[in-house]
Amino acid sequence: MNKTQMALLKQIMEIGFTAIELNLFLDTHPDNSAAFRDFQEASARYRKLTEEYQRQYGPLYPDGQYDTAGHWRWTESPWPWEI
Amino acid sequence: MWVYEKKLEYPVRVEGSDVRMAKFLMAQYGGPDSELSAGIRYLTQRYSMPTNMTKGLLTDIGTEELAHWEIIATMIYKLTHGVPPEVMKEAGLGGYYTMHDNAVFPVNPDGVPWTAAYVQATGDPVTDLHEDMAAEQKARTTYEHLIRLTDDPGIKDTLKFLREREVVHFQRFGEALDNVQEFQETKKVF
Repeated sequence: MNKTQMALLKQIMEIGFTAIELNLFLDTHPDNSAAFRDFQEASARYRKLTEEYQRQYGPLYPDGQYDTAGHWRWTESPWPWEI
Repeated sequence: MWVYEKKLEYPVRVEGSDVRMAKFLMAQYGGPDSELSAGIRYLTQRYSMPTNMTKGLLTDIGTEELAHWEIIATMIYKLTHGVPPEVMKEAGLGGYYTMHDNAVFPVNPDGVPWTAAYVQATGDPVTDLHEDMAAEQKARTTYEHLIRLTDDPGIKDTLKFLREREVVHFQRFGEALDNVQEFQETKKVF
């Protein structure tokens, strides 16, 4: 995996973790509007970055949007333990 | 159901192979207070939780534990990948190699295989949440021991992240316990 791809994947991991942390916080603080706002921002950014990543480097999850026409790429992109 | 994403929750960076450290890390891969135990424990207990908050929290934390299990597996994989049998043997993994080669199998550092006896689901939400809080503390302690057993800065960094998650989960479970106890007060269960 080249440096540019790795840098984008790390950004995704970072914002993905932000969303996980806020998700757990909101589970026990459902009326905290500041956390809710932060969660919405994090998940919007997560969607944007994962779209950008998958367009360039192939699928992070199998949804058929980022495969080359007629060719299944899901299994070809690098596995997390091999990166 | 679950959706898999082809990424780790937190990066794993290791300096070469270190079979002895891989052996120690098996505590958190297949030991009693491992990430596997945590994931199975919470995802099993959620069915008998009385409030939506606790069902949600156990589902979400249980899911995160599986991502932690994958992080530990990745560390063990990287530390043992391509290591020849004699090196495994020298590091005390001769028995492990005999049965599993370089596969990543859930055992504790002494080779004892993971068992469901490491987890409990009593059907009593107060009892189960106390178990969960204790489990998070036990895992935090294990991470502190593991951090002392390595001088690899990459391994230390990932282990520190995982240790912090135990602290956060303990806090969230405490809040869920308050929620269950408030619910039981209003229902006058006893």
